[in-house]
Amino acid sequence: MKISRSRLTIATVAAFALVPLAACSSSSDSSGSSGGKTEITLLTDNAETTVKPAKAVIAAFEKANPTITVKTETRPGGSDGDNLVKTKLSTGDMSDVFWYNSGSLLQALSPEKTLVDLTNDPALKDTDPSFLPAVTQNGKVYGAPWGTAMGGGILYNKDVYSQLGLSVPKTWAEFESNSDKIKAAGITPVLGTLKDTFTSQLYVLGDFHNVAASNPKWADDYTANKVKYATDPVALKGFQKAAEPKQKGWLNSSAGSLTFAQGIKQLAQGKAAQYPMLTFPISTLAPADAAKIGFFGIPGDDASTNGATIWEPGGQYIPKTSKNIDAAKKFVAFVASVAGTDAFSSAVPPTGPYLVKGSTLPDNAPPVATDMQAYIDSKTSTPALEFLSPVKGPSLEQIMVAVMTGQTAPQDGAAQYDSDVTKQAKQLGLPGW
Amino acid sequence: MVMSSRADEARPVGHRDDAGAGRPARKSPRATGVRNVRAHTYPYWFYAPAGIVYGLIFLVPTVISFYFAFTRWTLFESEFIGLDNFRQFFSEQALVSGLRNTLVYAVVTSGLKVVLGMLLAVLLTGPIRSRGLMRSVIFFPVLVSTVAVGITFSVLLQPDVGVVSTVLAKLGITAPDWLGDPATALLSVALVDVWKGVGLATLIYIAGILAIPRDYYEAVDVDGGGAWTKFRNVTVPLSRPATFTVILLSLIGGLRSFDLIWTMTGGGPGFSSDVIASIIYKTYQAGFFGLSTAGNVVLFILVTLIVYPLSRYFNSREVES
Amino acid sequence: MRAARRTSLEVVAILVAAVVFIVPFIFMFVTASKNESESADLAFSLPTQWTVLDNIKEVFEARDGILFTAFRNSAILTVVSVTILVVVCAMVGYVIQRRPGRVANVANVLVLSGLIIPPAVVPTIWVLQQLHIFKTLPGLILVEVAFNMAFCVLLFRAFVAAIPRELDEAAMIDGCTGLSLFFRVIFPLLRPVTITVILTSSVFIFNDFVNPLYFLPGDENATVQLTLYNFLSQFNTQYNLLFMNIVLVTIPPLILFIFFNRKIVAGMTSGAVKG
Repeated sequence: MKISRSRLTIATVAAFALVPLAACSSSSDSSGSSGGKTEITLLTDNAETTVKPAKAVIAAFEKANPTITVKTETRPGGSDGDNLVKTKLSTGDMSDVFWYNSGSLLQALSPEKTLVDLTNDPALKDTDPSFLPAVTQNGKVYGAPWGTAMGGGILYNKDVYSQLGLSVPKTWAEFESNSDKIKAAGITPVLGTLKDTFTSQLYVLGDFHNVAASNPKWADDYTANKVKYATDPVALKGFQKAAEPKQKGWLNSSAGSLTFAQGIKQLAQGKAAQYPMLTFPISTLAPADAAKIGFFGIPGDDASTNGATIWEPGGQYIPKTSKNIDAAKKFVAFVASVAGTDAFSSAVPPTGPYLVKGSTLPDNAPPVATDMQAYIDSKTSTPALEFLSPVKGPSLEQIMVAVMTGQTAPQDGAAQYDSDVTKQAKQLGLPGW
Repeated sequence: MVMSSRADEARPVGHRDDAGAGRPARKSPRATGVRNVRAHTYPYWFYAPAGIVYGLIFLVPTVISFYFAFTRWTLFESEFIGLDNFRQFFSEQALVSGLRNTLVYAVVTSGLKVVLGMLLAVLLTGPIRSRGLMRSVIFFPVLVSTVAVGITFSVLLQPDVGVVSTVLAKLGITAPDWLGDPATALLSVALVDVWKGVGLATLIYIAGILAIPRDYYEAVDVDGGGAWTKFRNVTVPLSRPATFTVILLSLIGGLRSFDLIWTMTGGGPGFSSDVIASIIYKTYQAGFFGLSTAGNVVLFILVTLIVYPLSRYFNSREVES
Repeated sequence: MRAARRTSLEVVAILVAAVVFIVPFIFMFVTASKNESESADLAFSLPTQWTVLDNIKEVFEARDGILFTAFRNSAILTVVSVTILVVVCAMVGYVIQRRPGRVANVANVLVLSGLIIPPAVVPTIWVLQQLHIFKTLPGLILVEVAFNMAFCVLLFRAFVAAIPRELDEAAMIDGCTGLSLFFRVIFPLLRPVTITVILTSSVFIFNDFVNPLYFLPGDENATVQLTLYNFLSQFNTQYNLLFMNIVLVTIPPLILFIFFNRKIVAGMTSGAVKG
């Protein structure tokens, strides 16, 4: 208690100390040749696929709002980036707008204390309401979307599918028979890229639509420590599906040392037919290659509840310490509008739908984006678990690799992950664990 | 000692070290005088600059690790949870296999460094023209950054397209997926570790072999023994100090090894090449600071239990021989 | 006959060793000289087009010139840490050797522990945080000094033993004591071992990956080894730039090795043998 208060004091003092500096620089700016212009800053991650479209969106925004200029800063991705964002927020050093994850990572920023409340704000007038749960805490909305939603499921080579006369599987049994046929044709049925360990999690995380279809309250029960992967037969299926490709000889022999960049190329070349993955790597492919790849959700047992798991777009947030909240809101609103998404698409072809009202996918959008749009339009998509529950263990990637390579039985892997989650929940001091 | 006493006469006795020393004293005045001169010439405060840094940055953390290993710790607050961290450590399959991998890795690397280091040293102390150049070539990897070596070899060892696999394929051998197959990953990294470190072992052996008096070899010649006899009966036993050094050094390095494993496999696939040091890093990254510190304590105990008795034993053997 | 077989065996062994130890370096260099698409094949072949200069330029321009920052940080880290190490360890090595007794025994035990005990990572971070030097270059410098100290003290101690005490005595007669005796008389005599210490610890610290990873994370403070590690994900498909980075990071130790081969070898083996 004492510690947190004194830390808060330091943060406040630091914030005040920054005021005169900020005031100085902005006043000298406005007295300069730019005359009456407001400059706001935008913090994004440093991935090429973020930086490029950010530039395009800013150019379009500055054209539409000549009195505002936007300066970008970048931060590293991953946990380094998470820490940087937290530090900047707690020292009052955050840019006027920052692009960051939605879902559980946002919850970790204590948005009530640090972020401007955007509930019912005009800045969100074009935001698709289905996005809001991912940026809501205790009934208050803190962000608007940037970029596209991603699908988490199975990427497949459409040419291979049509050559072998296969159709998109609606049940896991159909997936199995497809895979056997692909194997008989001498093509790798299922691709694993375990050098990038995160790709292994898709079997479990991407299977969440099927879990939620059988028990819509699963996420809440999970947060409350009432259901477990190892003891829930439906949830356990994700682990079993992960083990199957190796057992049945579908998995590529090089799975252990392939990176996803190499994997996505093999898929495009038709050396492999199906690849459980997120849809984002499609944007790294040449358009002709991207056109060969389609997407379907990981099938469950029941064709009637077939659907897909989606990852919400990231959120744009405004820190309470911003001096230019009005200008920042204008920018946020622009990014989450049709004009903003068009500018975004002009820099990088979208690999999924934008959750912005009235925004349509451009004609050159790759098939994965339209495939995903179809799931969203038919309301057969479920947000991934991490957007519904803050509970996630750090070792899922390694456990899944061990399951996929046959070192650990699915049942044991699920039990290991449950205890990994318990460990994390205890460390975070979550209630009920 | 003679010298010190002369200095004793030449200089007045120090005024603040020892109040009674200047007077004709009960103790031998010379002894105290020597001590005084020493205090001036070799003052203890010379330890201070190094001692402060070492104490603060190395000793203090080592000591407090024995407390924090028993806590759930967020760096700001800690909650004492007894042996829970250690229980966790030894109940989780991944962590237990990490312990085993650590031992395997240390033993394999030091064993290979002993064998290959000695063979290369014999080769390079023989009558070979390019031996100076060869020594340099074998030693240079020791100086190259481990990360660079790790990245280079993970590319060379790629399945299908990597250089090693293509060469083996031309010889009709199907290479395993060295780093991607759980069965071979740890050993592949260990081999690269040997590649990088065998140069140092070789040089230690070369120094050891060159120190063996020629007479011994001549004696074998007189007895009509060949190269093998020389190697078995002279080189191997008489380069024993070098063997001890190589074993100790590579065990210490092998038990603590992290950077090569981390750059090449990240402890994977799954947990198949995780060692204690990589588990410490992963648990640290995940924010389990207490558990990570417990891992440090386990490593501390493991290293001490293995290295300390071994070095005692080696020392006694060296005195004997 | 037998001798002939032996020499041919030796020739084969040496050829194998040469290939095993040289090919990886050639591979680094040719891959670093290729263009992007050619390097992606990962083949051991000469580039059809040498793009060395372009690749150097590109690797330095990547990510807002982070490699410049990294080389600067690594240079500062190495130079400052090694300077401190040389001064403080020479002082300790001198006293520890010249003044045996209980204090020296304790110091010797501490030196040995320093060689053997793995540093406790998170507690060290905690201490650095208390001192407000976590994630700072000065913090990392102190860490490098502390962790490399035992090895350097060993080298100095062994060398001091070879300096006759008569020299100290003579200097004392001239009225030198303590600090001035040490820095005017002894320290210059330590020059050979000082050079060895400088070389070996420079290589260690410049190549260090683990300590920067733990104690100086973040892009703005990157050291060369960390950039190399980060390039792994950043340059996913740009193997030519990745390997150009590897080549650039390998050059400083290579230069030291070419000029000071003997000194480095002496330092590493003698330190090892004594330890």
